[in-house]
Amino acid sequence: MFKILRYSFSDLMRSRWTYFYFGFFLLFTLGLLFLSSDVGKVIISLMNVILILVPLIATMFGIMFYYNSREFTELLLAQPLSRTQLFIGQYLGLALSLSASLLLGVGLPFLVYGIFMSAEIWNFAVLLLNGILLSFIFSGMAFWIALRHENRIKGFGLAIMMWLFFAVIYDGIFLLGLMWFSDYPLEYVSLGVSLLNPIDLSRILILLKLDISALMGYTGAVFEKFLGTGLGISLSFLSLGFWILLPTANIRRVALKKDF
Amino acid sequence: MIDLINLHKRFGKLQVLQGINLEFRERGKISAILGPNGSGKTTLIKSILGMVLPEKGEIRVDGRPVKGQSAYRSQIGYLPQIAQFPNNLTVKEVIHLIRDIRGPGANEQPFIGLFGLQPYLDKRLNALSGGTKQKVNLTLALMYDSPILILDEPTAGLDPIALIRLKDFLRQEKQKGKLLLITTHIISLVEELADEIVFLLEGKIYFRGAPETLKNQYKEKDLEHAIAGILTHQQKNDHNEQGPPEITPFKSKILHPAFSCK
Repeated sequence: MFKILRYSFSDLMRSRWTYFYFGFFLLFTLGLLFLSSDVGKVIISLMNVILILVPLIATMFGIMFYYNSREFTELLLAQPLSRTQLFIGQYLGLALSLSASLLLGVGLPFLVYGIFMSAEIWNFAVLLLNGILLSFIFSGMAFWIALRHENRIKGFGLAIMMWLFFAVIYDGIFLLGLMWFSDYPLEYVSLGVSLLNPIDLSRILILLKLDISALMGYTGAVFEKFLGTGLGISLSFLSLGFWILLPTANIRRVALKKDF
Repeated sequence: MIDLINLHKRFGKLQVLQGINLEFRERGKISAILGPNGSGKTTLIKSILGMVLPEKGEIRVDGRPVKGQSAYRSQIGYLPQIAQFPNNLTVKEVIHLIRDIRGPGANEQPFIGLFGLQPYLDKRLNALSGGTKQKVNLTLALMYDSPILILDEPTAGLDPIALIRLKDFLRQEKQKGKLLLITTHIISLVEELADEIVFLLEGKIYFRGAPETLKNQYKEKDLEHAIAGILTHQQKNDHNEQGPPEITPFKSKILHPAFSCK
């Protein structure tokens, strides 16, 4: 599995799309740091971009990577190598190369800026960690979708729908629900519902870390109280962990049954 | 070495393999798997490699069932029909990748020489022409000294020199006592190389035997016409299902004695 991982990683690390992704984050972060001297504000601006863009790019990469390496995968399937090793190795190579682009693209400018001297180091670390977790989650979901659908157009469509759902539609439905049932106390319900969407969960974790949850009113206080505790933190990371495990287990399940 | 027992495979509504019983036991023999497009050749080959999972039936390699196994594939050199590689790797790196996976025992140098791949070793695969990719593909399939070689359309895109060298190489491998399964649409290749023909039609074995037997059966001088004979006969039978067939159904008549229906 490690061999497949290494080759998928080195294949992707040389793709011009990876450079593009890395370059985008590098320039964007440099630009933000150049424009604002408040690292806290830069982290919030970056958060908004990372929470939308990282899942989108991870989804696109996941789909393209699977479909592009389809025929080569056939050659690898004919080797003495189990399907689990092959597909999980490919997925991890993909997720790690995306994480590396993000880590370097956002990390280098901050390193030059002197983040290690700054008090914001932990906020920054939480932002990067969430970005990496989102890369794993969304590239895995896309890989799973691609594995299930031989029809590339359908695969692309479904993957984009999946991203749209978590990034936009989910919040819309959530808000509608909150309005509908506004007569009821919804703090704990909304807490539960937020745990089910990795993007929302990441956003809340970062906001809480940045200590601006006061902006979220009473709900924010409930969130802070809950997620500030050991149980809250464990539950949120458990939930993000579940979101990585879900596609990984399904990639394996589909791969074991599929005809190539 | 390879036993296929009552193999069934369906893709959606399409029944691709309908109860295939075949065994390839003799070493030092080249078997050509022939049949029109969509007759199930590639599906049959991919089932042996475990890439297609049959609904019913069993496949054994060296006497052991292959279902859920992967180690047995180190006995098989496989050439897939379409050659596509990761675009950003070089030829050298892809060879190393396969060596890494399969372990020691690879000897790619003779093939690099045979197919003139030396100038391309450090080039990225997306910069190569279709024919050169096929040569890389062949190198990957043949560089291990595997006792079984399964080649799906080996001559696709090859230039005449590479083709002659490939044919010579395959003859040598046969001499060494390997089992070779080849699918192709190029009849001249079959005439030159194959010791026996397995003709698939609509997922069933329609004929198995020596090329000479097939020619004699249809009273044709060349194999191309004999094979066309099978197909026209099949069409006639399709049209004439009501009436008595013009020729006695040759299926039972010309099945090779080695072929047994279980």
